[in-house]
Amino acid sequence: MLIVGERINSSRGRIAEAIETRNAEAIQAEAAAQEKAGADYLDVNAGSFVGEEAEHLKWLVQIVQEAVSIPLCLDSPDPGVIRSVLPLVAQTPMINSVTLEPERLEGILPLAAERGAKLIALCQSEESMAETVADKVEMAVRLVEKAEQVGITPDDLYIDPLVYPLATNPQSAVATLDAVGRIMGEIEGVHTICGLTNVSYGIPHRKLINRTFLVAAMSRGLDSVILDPTDRDLYGALLAGNAVLGRDDFCMAYITAYREGRLGPL
Amino acid sequence: MGDTLAEIRQAVIERQRDRIEGLVREVLDEGMEPNVVINNGLIPAMDEIGKMFTEHKIFVPEMLVSAMTMKMGLEVVKPLLKGAQSEPKGTVFLGTVKGDLHDIGKNIVGMMLEGAGFRVVDLGVDLTVEKLMEQVETQSPDIIGLSALLTTTMPEMERVVQELEARGLRDRIKVMVGGAPVSPAFAEKIGADGYGGDAAQAVELARRLSGADR
Repeated sequence: MLIVGERINSSRGRIAEAIETRNAEAIQAEAAAQEKAGADYLDVNAGSFVGEEAEHLKWLVQIVQEAVSIPLCLDSPDPGVIRSVLPLVAQTPMINSVTLEPERLEGILPLAAERGAKLIALCQSEESMAETVADKVEMAVRLVEKAEQVGITPDDLYIDPLVYPLATNPQSAVATLDAVGRIMGEIEGVHTICGLTNVSYGIPHRKLINRTFLVAAMSRGLDSVILDPTDRDLYGALLAGNAVLGRDDFCMAYITAYREGRLGPL
Repeated sequence: MGDTLAEIRQAVIERQRDRIEGLVREVLDEGMEPNVVINNGLIPAMDEIGKMFTEHKIFVPEMLVSAMTMKMGLEVVKPLLKGAQSEPKGTVFLGTVKGDLHDIGKNIVGMMLEGAGFRVVDLGVDLTVEKLMEQVETQSPDIIGLSALLTTTMPEMERVVQELEARGLRDRIKVMVGGAPVSPAFAEKIGADGYGGDAAQAVELARRLSGADR
């Protein structure tokens, strides 16, 4: 599983405050903790600062890079913001995200292609956010086509089939799971990714739902995920999932995590 | 009859979708006025649900199923309403602003407003100011409720307020706003009439703005 650490996001109050007050220490601690916990990429987001997003994201990129050795996942819907930040990025990044909306397709795709970046692509068009399995798969196919037109191979593309709250549609998670299975089965070489927190909106003990959904999605072929790797129970579920699904040779990663004291109750 | 009314309230609160229609028919057969069933049975039950939700005693799916139960009861009563009785508490336009496709919160607010007796016109997602104004001119709502889940689309809310002002409609039509990145301070800054932090607050606000709480 490819893990994108989600914690450095300005929609979290503490992070927004740290960004605003230029508290590099706080951000770097978040970055280091996620790297240590097993993140492969670190998401950086300054989207809550309307009009100042680029400036804040540039600062985030610079100070996070000082603290970790893993690459970044640049999180903005705005092609202009991505373009202005890219020159500062040391390692080939991931970009989060493109959709089928023309402005984002035309703005983001060439940037990703030019930089050879990995790219998260949401099953969302100008008209709608895909809810049914058929819509999710159809949009995934179109995203892959659009990306290939500018030279981005499926191997650099991470399709997010979108996750909706169970609270308002009890069949929504099944639609996402089915879509993951179909996309992984029908589109050669492409990856799938999703966030987990939406699924549990409005229902109790959200983290239990989140990690159950993660393992269910992994069983359909999900190979990448945006999550908080410092969440011990969640990361444990991920390792256990890998072991159960035959993706952990002789359970070595699981056993190693146990030895390091990273599994089970504290 | 009073007992059955209590049972109707209980059926809504306890989400008894299999019972509600029968109970409503029962009181109507006994001769209760349709508007009494609504105002003393169905609506007070949803008020209680709103309160329970705000107090974190129930979860979103429980609130939704109660709203569905209420609506099933309402559908039985509606055809029997006559003249002034059938007047809603006001018409609320709902929409997610231009550039934004998130509608889950908006839909919950819509169900709760209907549950409180408002006529709700859902104008969907990615709602442009132009399309909204077309509808405003033809249907003349009392309140416009706007939702945004993205910081990038929030400024659209201000455009709606400004357009209403430009058209001289601002005194007549109240504007309420909500959505994850929206705050009371933002609502005030753009000149909206109020902010709802959740569906129950949105109902309270709509009542205050429409004068339905008087």
